[in-house]
Amino acid sequence: MSTTTYTPRRGTLARTESRQALGFVSPALAGLALFTIVPVVLSIVMGFFNWPTFGDKEFVGFDNYVRLFTQSPDFWPALRNTFVFALLYVPISVILSLLLALSLSSRIRGRGALRVLFFIPVVTPMVANVLVWKMLLQPQGLFNGLAQSWFGVQLPNFLADPQWAMIMVVVMSVWQGLGYNMLIFSAALEQLPESVVEAARIDGAKGFRMIWSVMLPMISPSIFFASIMTMITSLQVFAQPQLLTGGGPGNATQPLVQFIYNQGFKFQELGLAAAAAWILFAIIIVLTALQFRAQKKWVHYEH
Amino acid sequence: MSTELISPVTAMADAEHDAAPVEPSERRGRAPLTTGGRIRLVFAHLGVYLAALVFVSPLVYAFFSALKPNSEMFSMPPTLVGSELRWSNFADVFAYGPFLTYIGNSFFVAIAGTLVVLAVSTMAGYAFGRLRWKGRDLVFVLFLGTLMVPQEVLVIPMFQVMQWLGWVDSYPALIFPFAFTAFGTFLMRQFFRGIPFELEEAARVDGAGPIRSFLQIILPLAKSAVAVLAVFTFLSFWNSYLWPLIVTVDYASHGTLPIGLASFSGLQGTRWDLQMAAAIISMVPTTVLVIALQKHLVKGIAMAGLGGR
Repeated sequence: MSTTTYTPRRGTLARTESRQALGFVSPALAGLALFTIVPVVLSIVMGFFNWPTFGDKEFVGFDNYVRLFTQSPDFWPALRNTFVFALLYVPISVILSLLLALSLSSRIRGRGALRVLFFIPVVTPMVANVLVWKMLLQPQGLFNGLAQSWFGVQLPNFLADPQWAMIMVVVMSVWQGLGYNMLIFSAALEQLPESVVEAARIDGAKGFRMIWSVMLPMISPSIFFASIMTMITSLQVFAQPQLLTGGGPGNATQPLVQFIYNQGFKFQELGLAAAAAWILFAIIIVLTALQFRAQKKWVHYEH
Repeated sequence: MSTELISPVTAMADAEHDAAPVEPSERRGRAPLTTGGRIRLVFAHLGVYLAALVFVSPLVYAFFSALKPNSEMFSMPPTLVGSELRWSNFADVFAYGPFLTYIGNSFFVAIAGTLVVLAVSTMAGYAFGRLRWKGRDLVFVLFLGTLMVPQEVLVIPMFQVMQWLGWVDSYPALIFPFAFTAFGTFLMRQFFRGIPFELEEAARVDGAGPIRSFLQIILPLAKSAVAVLAVFTFLSFWNSYLWPLIVTVDYASHGTLPIGLASFSGLQGTRWDLQMAAAIISMVPTTVLVIALQKHLVKGIAMAGLGGR
């Protein structure tokens, strides 16, 4: 009833509010258009061109994509290296950080300080972390030095051996990223409803049973979230191999992102690099979708 | 996808209104320990502290290596402390290459970038979270969609855009391209929505427009969320490597700290002593931030972890 008399005023108010909202949102929209929408569209276009950094561009259709899969000697190894890294890194990182979060229970004294400690490499510059490990992994570095002087054992030259180099890229990355997932899991564990844990305890659940059958299912949404994020970042790995091994020896540790970087900014083939970036994006989308499909089997949502 | 991502953040926004945050574990009544339980607890402590020791040893060793003469970096058998504690290494870093420029650039870019992100995302978050306008939700979904595009897809065409704008080797190129990601806007929108509408309504009835209401009511209430966003944005600018590497050609003028660190090894053989000193210096601001804000760490991860890097 009163709405009929109210409507015209409401209309003007709504119009004013719309105008004001436009003012508030326009910087974000303009920035997003210029720095996200334009690059995305441009990237699609570049993928179909022979696009050198300087000089004439030439439309080549799907040629860049065909070249990647058939003529580019580093592309398949880069794909393989990316998958190997992700396959090693994601499970190790998620399981270790879960164990760490479980061990840092409220009964541990000084766990606040320990959490900070484990979190430090997450926030320090990746380049600095890698340099520290590069020093440790030198043939005369700490690891080999200790092995020789304590046990008289000569360790392999980690960064020069194709298989060890990849393992060390993984080890270094796990060390660096551990604290991040640990905090996610710690936060989830702290939010477990005490009533459920108590009920399970009264029912006789203890130790491993308590963790495996009660706690883990209850924090499974966090485990799922952490796995997805960890997988996505692992497919984008760049700084660790680039600085630790230079992608070598040969191309044994060169991941897809380093391949993209090299094509674009070493060999000035921006079109080819753009095409490779879209393949990376496609891989991320497909693997994320697969994980979302698989989650129904093991992730329990309470609400 | 978005529903699962939103819930922890809204939960955060709600939790924010509780005046005193209590550690849930401290609220719990604990059963007294048996003797067996006490022994297990001792072993649990041993295990955790041992793990922490192993974990932190690379950083400790790096710190002491930064104090060694370069000739003793790889002495056999390895020693933690060299023949002297050469603190002058930390000063020598600044004489060796334009290290001060790198630090200055990093601070300038990270602070300017953080200010841009804060201004843009609080404003847009307010428009999405508290104002009513046509097409709001559709635009917001489009906004969120851009979060899925990985940085690697963007950097190649972004470099081309920078060339067209004439921004290669410039501060704007280091600050703006990744200051408009939808993440900050998303975070602020989620937080703003959790603030009771009555608080704003009263001011609006008294004649305050949205600008005043935004500046005087909403922003002050969102101080902690803004702080969390600021810290994580600062860190991501400070640590950023791939984009500065691409868009900086002349390191001596516009190189940031990670770029400078990475370029140390090229000059006159590797000066490991200086490289370690430089690495330690670059870790100081971020470590200080984390220690100072450790209480907000878990909270920040719950918020910023959802898409931050």
